[in-house]
Amino acid sequence: MRDDRAWVATRKGLFEMRRRAGADWQVERVSFLAEPVSMVLPPQRDGRMLAALNLGHFGVKVHASDDAGQTWREVATPAYPEQPKDAEGPAWKLMQIWSLEAAAGTVWAGTLPGGLFRSADFGASWQLVDTLWNRAERLEWFGGGYDAPGIHSICPHPADANELLVGVSCGGAWTTRDAGQRWQLTATGMHAEFMPPEQAESPNVQDPHRIVRCAAQPDVFWCQHHNGIWRSTDRAASWQRVQAPLSSFGFAVATHPADADSAWFVPAVKDERRVPVEAALVVNRTRDGGRTFETLRSGLPQQQCYDLVYRHGLDIAADGRSLLMGSTTGNLWATADGGERWQAVSTTLPPIYAVRFG
Amino acid sequence: MRGVPRIVFTPQLRRFTATPDVTSGAPTLRALLDDAFARNPQLRGYVLDDQGHLRPNVVVFIDGRRSRDRTGLADALAPDSQVHVLQALSGG
Repeated sequence: MRDDRAWVATRKGLFEMRRRAGADWQVERVSFLAEPVSMVLPPQRDGRMLAALNLGHFGVKVHASDDAGQTWREVATPAYPEQPKDAEGPAWKLMQIWSLEAAAGTVWAGTLPGGLFRSADFGASWQLVDTLWNRAERLEWFGGGYDAPGIHSICPHPADANELLVGVSCGGAWTTRDAGQRWQLTATGMHAEFMPPEQAESPNVQDPHRIVRCAAQPDVFWCQHHNGIWRSTDRAASWQRVQAPLSSFGFAVATHPADADSAWFVPAVKDERRVPVEAALVVNRTRDGGRTFETLRSGLPQQQCYDLVYRHGLDIAADGRSLLMGSTTGNLWATADGGERWQAVSTTLPPIYAVRFG
Repeated sequence: MRGVPRIVFTPQLRRFTATPDVTSGAPTLRALLDDAFARNPQLRGYVLDDQGHLRPNVVVFIDGRRSRDRTGLADALAPDSQVHVLQALSGG
């Protein structure tokens, strides 16, 4: 993964960002100008990448590039099979691609209304993972942020192609260890205050806003949940709650690729008012697994700031020091020292859906 | 000379994919759309959703009247029907 290039998926296009030696981040190229880009899969080693569009009138489309975003062509769109007449739950119609990950030659796409798709040919064709879609528990999932439930986080195991965890708003976290044949609900320990008390501990109703996995210590996950922050150190078998300063509410989380004790969060007032606490944008960072946090403010607006960093709006580079943070207001900030100091890269971008290095 | 139904797509779609002007003897809206999709298979996903229903923000006019069957697309066509596939206006 490159540290000097990043991709910003926005309401009005895909922005390629570059950081040249001794210079600040700058926009290098704009693709799909004026089209909503809901997610991007950064270039793989061979330069292939994907962009998911969400055209207002004409539906979801997927475009592939073989040359790291210089040229694009439309490829297949994940499509749900024919809906049985007696099927309950949301319509079997693709609403949005919310997550894209590649691992061991497979591309995974998480969608609203809750289907996981896989592609073995980099988007030329897609197959619904019906072992998850057909689980009876899926009918208990419900929307969190959208009308229908959706898969926003896909965490492959970096060394085990058979293992994958997906995060669902609202449907907990699900893990397969046999390449998708069987799935296990792995959200034990999370707590949903938005549910009736007797259901608050139910793993299948949890709203993990975002789940990330440490690349070097893949037993460790961090989860920014609707009702707080959770961490797992046992491959999602159990989750432990962590308290952050100011607010434990938020959407985004990033973890250091080599140090599973280090993670970054962007707190917001919980949860009816989704704005920064006291209108000052901060980043909470832990370096000891969540026992303590530092609240980082340098270079971030500290007055009259109403930016929200959504689920995929925060990313960390392979160097563990460079982070980018984009808001739904269209502001983009960068740090090169793990968050000690931030710098505004742009204050005039469209609303930002996703930021990714690579 | 006896006419045949003709289908015309909104120019907005040309930004994304080819929109052939098709004339055919199709008896229903779905049959006429299928004739157009045979010319450009990619066009189908822009007009119809996963279940083959009209997308919510796409409207079809048949001889100046809005089509009625948005899921079955069974609206009958006259021999000289003019069909327009348009987008609803929305967004900002």
